[in-house]
Amino acid sequence: MSVTEAPLGANVGSALRRKEDPPLITGHGRYVDDITLPGQLWASFVRSPEANATITSIDTSAAIARDGITAVFTGEDMSDLGGPLPMAWAPPGVEVNNPEHWPLAKGAVKHVGDPVAVVIGKDRYAVQDATEDVFVEYETLPAIVDPEAAIAGAPFVHESLGTNKVHEWTLAGGDVEAGFAQADVIVERRVVNHRIAGAPIECRGVIADYRAGSLTLYTATQVPHFVRLFMALLLGLGEDHVRVIAPDVGGGFGQKLQVYGEELLACWASRKLGLPVKWTETRSENMSVAHQGRDQISHVKMGAKRDGTITAFHVKILADFGAYNMILTPLIPSLGAFVMGGCYKIPNVQTDITGVFTNKCPTDAIRGAGRPEATHMIEVTVDQLAHELGMDPLEMRRKNFIPKEDFPAAVATGVVYDSGDYHGTLDKLMEHVDVPAFRAEQEQLRSEGIYRGIGFCTWTEICGLAPSRVTGPAGVGVQAGLWESAMVRVHNTGAVTVYTGTSPHGQGLDTAMAQIAADRLGVDPAVVEVIHGDTSMGPEGRNTYGSRSLATGGEAVVRATDKVVAKAKAIVAAELEASAEDIEVTNGKFSVKGSPDQGMALADIAGIAYVGAVPEGMEPGLEETTFYDPENFVFPFGAHACIVDVDPETGKVKVLRYVAVDDCGPAINPMLIDGQIHGGVVHGIGQALYERVHYDEQGQLVTGSFVNYALATAAELPSFETDRTETPSPVNSLGVKGVGEAGTIAASAVVTNAVIDALRPLGVDYINMPLSPMRVWDAINHGQGASPEGGSQS
Amino acid sequence: MSSTVNVRLTVNGVERDLDVEPRLLLVHALRDNLGLTGTHVGCDTSNCGACTVHLDGRPVKSCTVLAVQADGAEVTTIEGIGTEDNLHPMQEAFWNNHGLQCGYCTPGMIMAATALLAENPNPTEAEVRHGLEGNLCRCTGYHNIVKSVLDAASKSGQVTA
Repeated sequence: MSVTEAPLGANVGSALRRKEDPPLITGHGRYVDDITLPGQLWASFVRSPEANATITSIDTSAAIARDGITAVFTGEDMSDLGGPLPMAWAPPGVEVNNPEHWPLAKGAVKHVGDPVAVVIGKDRYAVQDATEDVFVEYETLPAIVDPEAAIAGAPFVHESLGTNKVHEWTLAGGDVEAGFAQADVIVERRVVNHRIAGAPIECRGVIADYRAGSLTLYTATQVPHFVRLFMALLLGLGEDHVRVIAPDVGGGFGQKLQVYGEELLACWASRKLGLPVKWTETRSENMSVAHQGRDQISHVKMGAKRDGTITAFHVKILADFGAYNMILTPLIPSLGAFVMGGCYKIPNVQTDITGVFTNKCPTDAIRGAGRPEATHMIEVTVDQLAHELGMDPLEMRRKNFIPKEDFPAAVATGVVYDSGDYHGTLDKLMEHVDVPAFRAEQEQLRSEGIYRGIGFCTWTEICGLAPSRVTGPAGVGVQAGLWESAMVRVHNTGAVTVYTGTSPHGQGLDTAMAQIAADRLGVDPAVVEVIHGDTSMGPEGRNTYGSRSLATGGEAVVRATDKVVAKAKAIVAAELEASAEDIEVTNGKFSVKGSPDQGMALADIAGIAYVGAVPEGMEPGLEETTFYDPENFVFPFGAHACIVDVDPETGKVKVLRYVAVDDCGPAINPMLIDGQIHGGVVHGIGQALYERVHYDEQGQLVTGSFVNYALATAAELPSFETDRTETPSPVNSLGVKGVGEAGTIAASAVVTNAVIDALRPLGVDYINMPLSPMRVWDAINHGQGASPEGGSQS
Repeated sequence: MSSTVNVRLTVNGVERDLDVEPRLLLVHALRDNLGLTGTHVGCDTSNCGACTVHLDGRPVKSCTVLAVQADGAEVTTIEGIGTEDNLHPMQEAFWNNHGLQCGYCTPGMIMAATALLAENPNPTEAEVRHGLEGNLCRCTGYHNIVKSVLDAASKSGQVTA
């Protein structure tokens, strides 16, 4: 039963309601903490209260003496691991400092929350009690918190490195100095993109079950295939003896794109103790140790001619990576560098990245991962340039758009944008937003003391992460191929199972992939089951992140399904004594062109395939696998607008309207696209106005819970207006591009530009996020424009 | 903490008899002792509302209620308001309006929403937004959650659990 009913063969493009939902709305989902295994033990961690310290002693005797406690382990107990936790980015020709990072500290702690010991026992509460009886003595060292001080020299987070620098990486196209020489106006400013949390509502959790030489790990992850590889390598097991299952996963937002020490520790401990070991993260732990995102201080410089033509853009990023490199930590700012020219034809673009260690939680990918930062820098700077040139900010943007006829467009940063119609999305946005009427209203309201502003962002991004040729070891340097797999199995009865190597966790891929496969097979999506997140079911996969699952995994489903269809057509052709080229799928039947009455349903064809009555030389069965590696990334784009009111008395910002026009190619399911945009936009609004991970000068985490880390609630937000244009990508046969991160990539710049637009009459031309009442009030009253406050400091 | 206390409560219409540690949270009693894992835990501080259930008809955050405090009470969880074959109108509305993505906040959100409509059967959008202030969602941006609740309200003036 569907609310939107589509005829057979016409499900793609329809807003079918989700296959995923019935268990989730009735309380029958299955998240990691919902799983209980016989004899399971619980784990609870002893974590560092210090930002930077040497461990002088650990006394576990009182803890182990407590009732119900099975074991207490410290870092010294884990000497049999195959190596430290992984960092999988090795860019050719670039030196990356990579200190060892272990599941439990070995002699030193480097940030608040760093795990020092683990208590394992029979009861959820008892193990937590016992952590209080593990006595750790620390010799406190000065906390290194300010990234700009850290990069300048000693003291060092990791003394043995003799530097706090992680790496330097540059991407340059054209000649920015020559570009600035041609400019009539140059804008320079310091843009701080502060640290934020992923904050999925489900914290992390694991259950490891090692028995009879084989390991099964249930974990709340986006990347079960990567986790399996590293569990096998670090525990010395064959991959064939490691099964990783991501059951229902309660949101990821990049935080669960990781191989975490707690996963490894649970597996190691289960093997050691011979019983399943379960750990359910608390929110306080999640806020202090699950990887965070952003945290860049950038010096940006953009030049333009008097007519508005942008001649050069140069960005120098200091990225605060926290205490360790996680799996892709130092790569993240580079993802922004590839689109640092945005949707504009800028001949000279350069991004210089310096990574720095501090005594904070490590950063890595959080929704958008480098691209929200890039878009923010581009779009706030374009607005300021327009202002200084006396140009309308939209006219400025249109002047510099890469025109539709230039696609595929090779840009200065060395990538080729696949397709785009930037005027098209902006035109569509203008159908929803009457700018002249707004300006008249704005003028009127100002005379009444009401400061209303409108902000815009026109943007593109790089996603659909693949192709291996570009992202892999010889290219960007990720030590993995980023292709995607699919396997399509038609069962005896004609029911269909699709196995995808992606690992969705809320995006609705079960529904979208079922729509894709069902149309090609002439069946109802209701009979197509989609399986993911279990490394022992289906082929090796490359998981879900970087808005890749439809552009890579969806196309893999197309290709595997098409192989099945080709075989089915050959079977039908033999049965009907026709040529396979003349068989088509219409109205749920494989029939000869021109004779729609004469045909076979998929169930009939499967019957023949499985009883082995197939044509001479054909294998029985009806099941095919594909590994798909695209030729290029995909580059979704859009035009967003936001209207805000700013209370000049209190500095409080209220979002009144948010309009998003997005283009991610032809819609598979428009309802899912809107949902991704809504959530993505709020992640960006949240960063712009409310959310901030804050460490004090001693490296203590001030925002360690949802009491003081402000996620937006429904009450702060308006409903959103969304619309689309559909410009197909030439990269895949569906023409689709990613959409999971799009809203987040656009939104912080839109909101910031709207606030600045509201406050320009008061002499404010820039405020660094988060645009909290205090900062906005300060900017209004003390003229703090491009405010100097840094990094994670207030 | 090995001493236990006897607690009798009615959960989803069924009488239950539990021996629990006095400090056991109601949410853990429901999840670990009774196997009702539809009620989730998302924070340590009563901010997220993923654990919302009805206690004697009123919404509570079951991570902030001790099981012993529920002695003699009637508790309704997400499992008690509808089944896949016979959905509660609010569950149906969340499905129809794409009111969930990862689904983790959803049980608490639905329980908060049914309580909201029980008190105010025809809320405005602003009233729905204010009424769901105690429940956090990271996926949906709340847009389709609010739409779901308004849809449920429009289809039934008497939506109660």
